[in-house]
Amino acid sequence: MADQEQFSDLAMEYMSALYTAALRMTRNPADAEDLVQETYLKAYRAFGSFETGTNLKAWLYRILTNTYINSYRAKKRRPEIADVEDVEDLYLYHHLSGDGSAGLGRSAEDEALDRFTDTDVKAAIESLPDSFRIAVLLADVEGFSYKEIADITDVPIGTVMSRIHRGRKALQKALVDVGRARGLVGASDEAR
Amino acid sequence: MGQKGDGVDDAAATVSAPEPLAGFVGCDETIERLYFYLDGELTEQRRIEITRHLDLCGPCVGAYGFESELRKLVASRCHDRVPDALRQRVAEALRDESAAAAD
Repeated sequence: MADQEQFSDLAMEYMSALYTAALRMTRNPADAEDLVQETYLKAYRAFGSFETGTNLKAWLYRILTNTYINSYRAKKRRPEIADVEDVEDLYLYHHLSGDGSAGLGRSAEDEALDRFTDTDVKAAIESLPDSFRIAVLLADVEGFSYKEIADITDVPIGTVMSRIHRGRKALQKALVDVGRARGLVGASDEAR
Repeated sequence: MGQKGDGVDDAAATVSAPEPLAGFVGCDETIERLYFYLDGELTEQRRIEITRHLDLCGPCVGAYGFESELRKLVASRCHDRVPDALRQRVAEALRDESAAAAD
């Protein structure tokens, strides 16, 4: 059991992370702010059921994710299309590699990555369909483990792994598309 | 998250090897397991096998280095500052909520 009076002291430090996730989920600052406020209110009311000593951040993300799925996603549902079957492993790496410039230390591909801006990365993440977007956000932006993500999203761990891996492929494809539009990735070579 | 780093040799010795060639993995298998490796979600035995392969294979190390940099890029290029107005709204909403509960 947790004491409601402690709630603000413990929970407020996660607002920045929750707001970032909310923005990527809703893709819209007004909705993101509402989602964060709703998450905090629900968490405050339910705080008595939070087990002290367990992972508060994961518990807050669970409320945020469920609230998003139940209330916000329905408003503007996007088709869940993301065909990643044709996206091979190391898709982005292969698209950024020049003329076999394999060498020691920081490679040309690593340098090329640095040219992607915050805006590019955010746009690529926001282009993913919901289930992939949430999985990639939780795994790669927030660093939750597979088990934690399974608990947060109420999905079996095997499904979580599949969504993370497919989501990462979709993200690499999205980054190639964004990079192509900005001239960071060669325009011509369709398949390598 | 992930495995603890202790008892590496013990773990390798006591795991009953399912395959006769346990300990030796090729490029395909390494790339296939790269995400699990980066995520710290492999068994100790598997982790050691992949590490051994990466120690010897230039192309796979290149791919590993890139995926690792990409992970850092995604984590670091994706943060937004919380508007002050939102902090205030949430603080006020919680205050109202606790005042209502006290009535």
